[in-house]
This record gives sequence, structure tokens and C-alpha cells, in this order.
Amino acid sequence: MERLSVDVAIIGGGIVGCAAALALRKAGLTVALLEKGLCGAQASGINAGGVRQQGRHVTELPMTRRAAKLWPRLHETLGEDVEFRQVGHLRLARSEQDVQMLEDYAVTAREHGLYLQLNSGTVTREMFPWVSGKIAGSSLAVEDGHANPRLVTPAYSRAARSHGVHVLEFTPVEHAQWTGSNFEIQAPRLVVKSRHLVNAAGAWAGKFLSFFGESAPLTLRTPNLFVTEPVSYFMTKSIAVCGGAVYFRQVERGNVVLGGGPGWGDLKSERSRNRADTTLGQFARAIELVPELSGLHIIRSWSGLEGDLPDKLPIIGASRTTPNLVHAFGLCGHGFQLGPAIGEILCELIRDGRSQTPIDAFCISRFDAVAHQKMAGAG
Amino acid sequence: MLAKIVIVGAGPAGIRAAEVLAGAGLQPVVLDEARQPGGQIYRQPPPGAERDAFTLYGSEAGKARNIHAAFGRLGKSVDYRPDTLVWNCSSNALNILHKGRQGIVPYDRLLIATGAFDRVIPFPGWTLPGVFTLGGAQIALKAQGVSIGKRVALIGAGPLLPLVASQYLEAGADVAAVLDVTPFGAKIRALRGMLAVPEYARRGLSLLLKLKKFGVPTAYDVRAIEVTGNWHVDGLKWRDGAGRWHRIACDAVAASFGLKPEMQLADLAGCATYFDEATRQWLPSLQAGGRSSVPDVYLAGDCAAIGGADVAELTGKRAAYSVLRDLGIGFAADELKGIETTLARHTRLRKALDAAYPFPTHLIDAMSDSLTLCRCEGVTVGELRASYVKTSAPDVNRLKAFTRVGMGRCQGRVCGAMAAEILAGQSGASLPDVGRLRGQHPIKPIPMVV
Repeated sequence: MERLSVDVAIIGGGIVGCAAALALRKAGLTVALLEKGLCGAQASGINAGGVRQQGRHVTELPMTRRAAKLWPRLHETLGEDVEFRQVGHLRLARSEQDVQMLEDYAVTAREHGLYLQLNSGTVTREMFPWVSGKIAGSSLAVEDGHANPRLVTPAYSRAARSHGVHVLEFTPVEHAQWTGSNFEIQAPRLVVKSRHLVNAAGAWAGKFLSFFGESAPLTLRTPNLFVTEPVSYFMTKSIAVCGGAVYFRQVERGNVVLGGGPGWGDLKSERSRNRADTTLGQFARAIELVPELSGLHIIRSWSGLEGDLPDKLPIIGASRTTPNLVHAFGLCGHGFQLGPAIGEILCELIRDGRSQTPIDAFCISRFDAVAHQKMAGAG
Repeated sequence: MLAKIVIVGAGPAGIRAAEVLAGAGLQPVVLDEARQPGGQIYRQPPPGAERDAFTLYGSEAGKARNIHAAFGRLGKSVDYRPDTLVWNCSSNALNILHKGRQGIVPYDRLLIATGAFDRVIPFPGWTLPGVFTLGGAQIALKAQGVSIGKRVALIGAGPLLPLVASQYLEAGADVAAVLDVTPFGAKIRALRGMLAVPEYARRGLSLLLKLKKFGVPTAYDVRAIEVTGNWHVDGLKWRDGAGRWHRIACDAVAASFGLKPEMQLADLAGCATYFDEATRQWLPSLQAGGRSSVPDVYLAGDCAAIGGADVAELTGKRAAYSVLRDLGIGFAADELKGIETTLARHTRLRKALDAAYPFPTHLIDAMSDSLTLCRCEGVTVGELRASYVKTSAPDVNRLKAFTRVGMGRCQGRVCGAMAAEILAGQSGASLPDVGRLRGQHPIKPIPMVV
């Protein structure tokens, strides 16, 4: 039985866990990262790769702003190119109500320093002739873009390792407990002792809540993604639409990555799959926005397992039952851009006891009322 | 209500399976990607083509005629849907594409007879225009009545090599050389086993004699191949067992190194697979009677295990009888008994053939860093090796995520196995541990249309 003693143990090698590991180690703490499989193999690796601030819930804006400042320097942080390209993110409106929604959102975003460029339908077409003539307006976030999710988190894990983090892949945590002064974390042939513990286990986080007498209404989310054959680069912006039914982007290589709607997945067997019916249903939605997509061939599809919460906001913050335990999970399919910032926030929570970025909205106790209501209803 | 049985593939396996099921009055659905029945081995020329069956199929003409006629006789007792791509399988239903239109075909029982595909090993010049697989060269001849070039060199590691050579000679093509990358001695040693099916041994011998009669330069134990040319094939260099290089002028090359099952559909249907050490490739796990590991799914022909066209006819029938048995439909067992006896002999033959044509790993060892391995995505052997050094990717799916190998149009059909070989060679892990590329739909590209 191997024994390891560190300041901080992190469960989960997604982008959140890996970014936190790197930030904590850089802050001078010793860190062990325990990942049941390979780093970045689930939600962090299979998402659509959007690095987007636009469209986020107002409570996420401070965090997304912080992340936006980190992405352009990420190749320096990680020591390699992870295909982050600040191409801009274009949100399309199909009706006057949607245009109004974009205008209202732009006002809120500006209060947080996110400046969105609002365009009429005509101007949108002039700027981006490949957008459908039926578009009523658009909102452009020039700082946004995309990156390659297959590369980012593994690069984070390598950077963490080279800084001295114990990155332990194929190391499933079987049990964890607070002894009164330390955490004791058990994995096959390994016991890790740590002063602090981070639960960054994504879709699997519920298991680790239960070790500490906590719960959250965490469910499974399976994004439905597919990609076309490569064609000449024409779509210069990442695309989303008000209502959010479909989103897509073209990579430099020429392929168009599309997503939206439910895939299929099973947490227990860790299997996931793209759903053909969802994919076929997305064709019309995407072509309605960008007619040139018509006739492109789909060559590949996939899904993956992500943690979801009822209000589509993550849980980030201290445990209510256990000292020195911090949660960061349930990113509801939009954690990729936030990852680098959450890493720093977790570092601050552990080192300083509080975060520079407001995270109160993401406390786990926000679901208590719901839980109590349910219990009262059942009683 | 009658059980809905769907057969995918109208080659020798699918056709014989349809015959048995139609005979029991079940009216199976037969979905096939080609426009006419016959599969790859008995692929028919388009209507109006001038060459007759014998020129196209050579020694196999009689069997081709029988198979085409057998399917023709079934008429309305099968629901035959040609020109239909099956691109996904989930929850007992198939997603199909026919003339640009999407459709869904549900099934109670699925009989997969999707055939085989050439095993490709990259060599210098393999992506030049004018280089084909042996299967591709055969299709050009049978489906279009054309040769792949004016002067053709053929390279292989399996019984398809002498067959394609003789078919090209019969059709009047100029065959510059027939190069077998496996040693001649292996065939001599395997001769005894090949006699398990005397007809087969006889046919093999007559093919070799034909090559001799036509005076085609033939070599065995070819150690290295290099196709030359700037924008098109202009020649071929090869090294013999003694280390001497030879040069041939030619304008087309067909090269492939045995066959692998087309098992993407079986994979999507959830059928288990295993790594077969003898042939060094992944195969579907088979239960008795052509049953797969999934209760409603049956496998027949080369997609179940490489056996060739004669075996495909037999395993097609056998899988169909298994369907009948599992549905509780009675049938006369005499034929099935005969099939099992013949198949047992063919199993011995197949073992001998696998020994006679061992998978040429020396060609894998010879792959240099500059060689393109994944032509869809332009990934070189060196990039794969370097990615392992940097990332320690433990399996081929992880390697794919980092390098794009197998992410293109062919979805790793051509390069997946070789990517696994390169990774195993670099990491020292075994091929079973390195794994194979996970199956995802669409099996072949589908258009995004409304």
C-alpha cells in the first residue's frame, strides 16, 4: 500500500481539477490529483470547444470575465498551443423579441466589462454574407472564440505534473473521510492524506458528496455533437442562436463542429453515444442560420458525460458539513471556458479562505429550500 | 405477427441467408449499399456493360451466376432495398440513407453480412494517384470493366493476390509483376492443411500455373516496397529476401495485405470483439451458429470471420437457420448438418491459409517517420510516435484525440489498425491493450440536407 501526504488532494482530472492542481502547486502547496481514468476524457474533452463569455448567466459574468483574461495567455501557462483562436462569437436573433433580448443582455454584460457589438439583420449580412438573410439581428463578442478540448485538459495535466503535482491517472477514489485533522482518501493500493480536499468529479461528484453527508440534485447531461467533412474556411465566427437550440463553429482545418440537443449516456457503464435522431433534427436548425452548411457530409459524432444541475449553474464553494472540503462541479455543459478561472478561484479558497471573484450564487446550500420543499411535500 | 428480420449486405452471405429465411416465409428485408446484388466478390457490371461474366469473374464465373440467379428467384419473397446505406444501429433500429433520403428500419432480428475490407499497410508512395488496394482493383474490373492502369503491379499477402492477378490477365491487362510479401516456404508448409478443401487447393494451384503460363514475373518474400512517381505512379522498387533491390516500370499498383471484417455495424449494435493473435486483428466474438454476443444480432460471411465467398454462402445459411431456431420455427436439419461438416473443413483450410500468408509485420517495422499514415487527416507515422513520447497515450483512442489519426472521412477504416501498431511499437504495450478505434455513427458520411 502506497502512502502519500499532501496539502491538497483533488478528485477529478477534468479542466477544473487540472487547472486547480496547477494553480495550487504554483502557489507553493503540494498537490495530488486523483483521476479514475485519463485526464480530460469526459466533459472537458468531449465538449464543442466554445470559449465563450456571451450568453452566460449574469452570476457567471465575473467568473467568465476572469477566465477570458487567462485564455489568451494559456499557451504560455501550458507551454504549448491548444488551438485557442479568438475568432469571435456571434449570437443570432431570429425575431424582434430575440433582438430585444440581445440588447437587454448587452446592457447587463457591459456592467461587467463585456462589450458586445449589436448589429441589425442587414449589417449582420454585410459583415457575414454567409449568415441567412432571415436573421433579424446579432450580437458579436470579439474576445470570444474556441479551442481544442481534446488538447487543453491533457496539456493542463502535463503542466501540473511538470510543476510537481502528483497526477495519478487510472486511480479511482473508493472512499474519502475527514478524520478531524486530515482527509484520508483511499484508492486501489494507495492512501492519500491531505489537509484539503477538492471535489471536482464532474458527473461523478455525487458519490463524493455522499461520503460527507451532503447531497445535490446532480443529474447526467449528454451533449450531442457531430462534425462535417473539412471544407474551405468560410465561417469566421463561432455561432449560437437565441433560444440555444443549436451551436456550431468551423475549425481552421475546415471541419464544422455542431452541437445541441440530447445524446445518450449511462453513468454506471461510463458509456455515451450520439443520438442519430437528435443529429438529424439539427440539420434544419443549422441550415436555417447558415444555408451554406446544406450538403456538407457528417463524418463523425460523439457524446460524453457531464454533470447537470436544475438551475444550469455550477456548485462552487465550501462544503457545509466538512471543514477544508471544497466543491467545484456541475458545470452543466458550459465549464470549458470557465475552467482556468475556477482553478484560480479554488486556489484562493484554499489558500486565503475566500475568492476574489464572487461565487456566492454557486453555493451548494441554494438547493436546500428545494430539498426541504420536496420533503415537506412528501410528508 | 411475423418477426421482422433485416439482413444487411447482399453478397454471398446475405443472399444465402435471405434464401433460407424467404423459404420459411419470413420475407426478410435486405438492405444493400450497392445498386445490384452480389456483394464485392460477385459484383455485377452496370447494365449495358459489354464484358460477360466469365471475363469478369474468371474461375468464379459459375458461382457468380448461381448467386445472382438465386437472388433473382427470390423475387417478392424478400423486401430488397438496393442503393441503401445503413449508417447507424441503435435500439433495434437501423438508420438508412437511400437516394439522399433518411429513413429508419426497425428489426426484431438483425443479420449482418457486411463483408470485408482490404488491410492496408502504408509504404513510400502509397498515397500517389495510381495506387489501389487489391479489392479496389478488382472492383474497377468487375463494376466498371476497366483496369486500374495500362501496366499494373500487384502486391499482396493473401489468396486474393493470385486471384486478382488471374482476373486481370483474363481481362487482357498487362501485369508487370505479382509480388507476394510472404515467403513461399510458408505455403509449402501449409499445403497439407489446404488439402482440407481439395477443390480450393486445386483452384489455387491453377491460378499459380496461369501466372506462369502468362509469363508474369512473380516473387515471394518481398521485404520492402516503394512506389515511385511525382504526380502519378511511374514505377515500383522492391527488395527481395537476399537484400537486392529490383525496379519495375508500371503506371498502377494494387497492394493490400489480407482482409479485415467490416464490423462497424456489428460494433454499433454492441457486438463484443476480441483480438485474434493468429491474424493480428480484432474480430467479432462469435457464438454457435453465427450468433453474436447480442441476442438479436447474427453475423455471417467475412464480417464475422474472414473465410472467403464459399464460406460466406455457408455461414449465411447457418446464421439464417439460427434465426429460425431462435424464433421457434421448424426446419429440416439435414442441410444444416452438411453445412457444419463443410465449415469444419473450411476452418482447417483457413488456418492453413493464415499460416501460408502470415501478416507481414516486417512492412510495419519498416515504416519511417515521414510516411503518411492517416491520409484523410494527413498524419504521419512520426507524428504518432512523437505524440506518444509527449503524452504517453495508453490507447489508440487517446492517440486519436491528440493527433486526429482516424478522424477523417474513412473514420479509421484504412489507418486505425496501423495506428494501433505504431502506438504498440512505440510504447511496448500489447495490441490488445492498445485497443481499437471506438465505433461511432455515421458508418459512412451522410449529407446534411433538409
